[in-house]
Amino acid sequence: MTGKYHRPHKWNWFLSKPAYMLFMIRELTAVFIGAYLILLLIMLAKLGGGEAMFSEWLVVLRSPLWMGLHFIALVASLWHSITWFNLTPRAMPFFIGEKRLADPLVATAMGYGPWLVISLVILWGVLR
Amino acid sequence: MGRSSTHQHDVLIIGGGGAGLRAAIAIAQENPDLSVACVSKVYPMRSHTVAAEGGAAAVIKPNDSFENHIYDTVSGSDWLGDQDAIELFVKEAPKELIQLEHWGCPWNREADGSVSVRPFGGMGTERTWFASDKTGFHMLHSLFQTTLKYDNITRYDEHFASKLLVDDGRCCGCAAIELRTGQMRAILGKAIIMCTGGAGRVFPFTTNGAIKNGDGMSMAYREGVALKDMEFIQYHPTGLPGTGILITEASRGEGGILVNKHGYRYLQDYDLGQPLDIHDPEHPRKRTMELGPRDKLSQVFIKEMQKGNTIDSKYGPVVHLDLRHLGEAKINKNLPFVRELAKNYAGIDPVYEPIPVRPVLHYFMGGIDTDLDGATSLRGLYAAGECACVSINGANRLGSNSLTELLVFGARAGASAARFAMDNPDFNVASLEAQAEDESKRIRRDYIETGTTPGTSSGDGGSERIATLRNEMHEAMEGGTGIFRDEKSLTDTCQKIAELRDRFKIVRIDDHTNSFNTDLTAALELGFMLDVAEAIAHSALERKESRGSHQRLDFTNRDDENYLKHSLAFWQDDDAPPRIEYKPVTITKWPPGKRTYGKGSGLTKQENETT
Amino acid sequence: MPDEKTITLEIFRYHPESDAGPRFQSYDVPYNEDWVVLDAINWIKDTVDGTLTYRWSCRMGVCGSCGMMINDEPKLSCAVFLKEYYPNPIKVEPLVNFPVERDLVIDMDGFMEKLQSIKPYIIRDDVNDTSQGEYKQSPAELAHYKQYTMCINCMLCYSACPVVGSEPDFLGPAALALGHRYNKDSRDQGFDQRMEKMMEHEAVWGCTFVGECSVVCPKNVDPAGAIQQAKASAAQEYFKGFIMPRGAGK
Ligand SMILES: Cc1cc2nc3c(=O)[nH]c(=O)nc-3n(C[C@H](O)[C@H](O)[C@H](O)COP(=O)(O)OP(=O)(O)OC[C@H]3O[C@@H](n4cnc5c(N)ncnc54)[C@H](O)[C@@H]3O)c2cc1C
Ligand code: SF4
Ligand code: FES
Repeated sequence: MTGKYHRPHKWNWFLSKPAYMLFMIRELTAVFIGAYLILLLIMLAKLGGGEAMFSEWLVVLRSPLWMGLHFIALVASLWHSITWFNLTPRAMPFFIGEKRLADPLVATAMGYGPWLVISLVILWGVLR
Repeated sequence: MGRSSTHQHDVLIIGGGGAGLRAAIAIAQENPDLSVACVSKVYPMRSHTVAAEGGAAAVIKPNDSFENHIYDTVSGSDWLGDQDAIELFVKEAPKELIQLEHWGCPWNREADGSVSVRPFGGMGTERTWFASDKTGFHMLHSLFQTTLKYDNITRYDEHFASKLLVDDGRCCGCAAIELRTGQMRAILGKAIIMCTGGAGRVFPFTTNGAIKNGDGMSMAYREGVALKDMEFIQYHPTGLPGTGILITEASRGEGGILVNKHGYRYLQDYDLGQPLDIHDPEHPRKRTMELGPRDKLSQVFIKEMQKGNTIDSKYGPVVHLDLRHLGEAKINKNLPFVRELAKNYAGIDPVYEPIPVRPVLHYFMGGIDTDLDGATSLRGLYAAGECACVSINGANRLGSNSLTELLVFGARAGASAARFAMDNPDFNVASLEAQAEDESKRIRRDYIETGTTPGTSSGDGGSERIATLRNEMHEAMEGGTGIFRDEKSLTDTCQKIAELRDRFKIVRIDDHTNSFNTDLTAALELGFMLDVAEAIAHSALERKESRGSHQRLDFTNRDDENYLKHSLAFWQDDDAPPRIEYKPVTITKWPPGKRTYGKGSGLTKQENETT
Repeated sequence: MPDEKTITLEIFRYHPESDAGPRFQSYDVPYNEDWVVLDAINWIKDTVDGTLTYRWSCRMGVCGSCGMMINDEPKLSCAVFLKEYYPNPIKVEPLVNFPVERDLVIDMDGFMEKLQSIKPYIIRDDVNDTSQGEYKQSPAELAHYKQYTMCINCMLCYSACPVVGSEPDFLGPAALALGHRYNKDSRDQGFDQRMEKMMEHEAVWGCTFVGECSVVCPKNVDPAGAIQQAKASAAQEYFKGFIMPRGAGK
């Protein structure tokens, strides 16, 4: 009797299937969102340090390196938001009578819609 | 095959399908002090109740009455059902289905929150409760999950019962192989309930799953309990060719029609009433045409085939079941599983194309002879569900009566077994353990160690393969005990089965190890099936009349004078055929009449008799 | 029949009485385009090797017995056709993330315990007698939980879930979806009792929403969705717990 056989669980399991890879990417993109939040905090601190300090900081931000990082963070957060928006209908189903609302509808109502509205409001605030 | 261990309980249930689980809950609920054991060769939710699709019948709506359900069932049974049993069944049915509702079964609902019912074959009023078209699945899971609530139910999952343990004329347990280890266990109870289901796998082309091998029927039979009405075997008119997967009668209850190769609704030519237009609000009319009883619809298929009106397919002749006019929305709501099955296993989407179907072996009306409490002639042994024969189904079961039956009689058998256990607490453990030990040795000797039975013609290690014997049995049963039978076909089958039983003694299995030996269980199952097959063939040979699902080409009429009685097949020994006896049918208020399905469509008893 | 078409199945074999580890055995099976993988395995058992061990029963995708890894994907072997792979060989293994008993048979004791632990049955304070008729439930109320009743306990989702792989105690998709099914049933009043279990660390919060459980689920149960909904309920309960300690409300 040698008993039951336990197959090993590999540490690099996420390489075994594209779907797992996509999951890992979604999780990793959160790092960029976090990093960007820290950046915003720094920005606030600089703003608190007076106008000169803030302008100096803005110049630094215009460097190609910072622009590149911003671009990556933008792509990452878009990726993150879109994948999450697409998942929301499953976490928050809506029913009208016995009919469940179609997923894209809920994703729009819960995710894309508010996102668009808030973005427009901000844009309006900035451009005004 | 290790040494045996012993486990004692108050009530032991063999079988974890609908009947077994219902019995277990009945006992656990009523008598929390009793310890209940449930032995099952598969995890309970794998039991074949899971495959039932259409629904379960019980009177619940104001337009219906007990009287109507009783009459439909009595006439459906071609007057071979016991009327006291049917009356009791019909009256307890609503309570049982409501109980299941209370346990969480997701029955389809009307707008007012009450349960929905649908029409079903042979039923004059719509009274079939349903959970879309996975009724058995939902019932089984609701029952199984409900058993998880009770601490006094001990499950022996994946334990294969191979023999009943009987001491001094009383059944007190079973010998069961724990599949994981191959160890033999003596599982003892003060009362035993057999709930092992049907035996469809005796036939090659069946809706039944791999586990339906008549195990319990054979085990009881070998202990001297009669198998009753075994010649009555139901062919369901609409199975998928090739696989035998069932397309539920609910598809006709919802309005589906059967057409032959000319697109003609051929049922109208066979005394099954006149078709209504498919868009007529009255369609489908109850107890007519597509909603006729299964025995008739399957027989009519053969007649159409003989006329050359069926359609040729890769898997032989078929007719078409057309659901297209129901539309996608209705199909998705009430028949989603039918759509899934047809798409997956026939490559056909019923929303756009008709489904090819042909009759397929489906259900055993016969089984272990019991009384209204599920008690058998062997003290301490009870039976319920498809393995039992009370009998409410007589010569032909109506669709959707059997899910209800397993609840009603599962619960009753549970209650009576519990009473028996409390009244008869003592038994001889040592003797039972010794029997289990003997059973363990027998299995070692006959299968595991050498694969041969000493003293038989081979003597050199066995030579017959399981699959070969099984295939030959299938051929013999299909050839001889199919939809139409006669003296010659039945005699040939009897002889063939006797030969196979003899050859089975030198069956050889490939697997000589202990753990999870499914080669061994397949061999044991083949042994059970051969017993059942023999009982079927001999019972059929002896019944020289045509009634319900038993149609003899050489005796084409029903003969109430000589055969308004139940057949009883008794086991003799390993080399002799069964002894066939008879016992009377209980007739109370419904004297035998003519079974009409055409003219008197959907009418009550009185109306039917006057038309 | 020399030119009869065949297809090769590479099958995982392991015997607990004699093998230290698994091996693969290759079988050539006659190719029939109507056959599912299970038919091919049955053919092997019947004609060439009776020792091959696996579970099956209904062969119609409803009993949940026959889950296997087929070319690394968890599938019901009775619902996947040879023609999807022909002429390439098919690799058949037992479901991953479970201990193997023998060949294609896995040990599902843990799964059964998980199911039981979430109390998958109707719990009520006031139980009606059956003579009072059915509990009323509208089609809309039914629709809210019906999807989660469709689980056949095939455990494919456990094989697809990397959390189950790394944390064997994680309750896992099917069990959590079943808990959610009863929580959402208008007839049930057992939410509080059930949530106690479902809010534990190894329960809803173990899920990282990889979502593969729902992709492989043959019955469209969407256990991943159910778990996220259960998380929302758990979070609500958690905050309620701050305002009103558990049990104080009653
Ligand atoms: C495809 C299909 C559709 C159907 N649809 C309907 C329908 O719509 N309406 C209706 O009323 N009826 C229907 N029926 C009939 C009905 O489903 C069955 O008659 C009923 O489910 C049988 O239930 P049971 O509990 O007696 O047996 P099963 O559910 O078959 O359970 C048998 C149990 O016994 C156990 N067992 C067997 N042998 C052994 C052994 N040797 N040792 C240990 N355990 C053993 C098994 O493990 C299993 O747990 C249908 C049947 C089929 C096949
Ligand atoms: S949720 Fe789906 S995959 Fe998981 S066990 Fe249930 S049916 Fe199988
Ligand atoms: S054999 Fe039942 S699900 Fe495949």
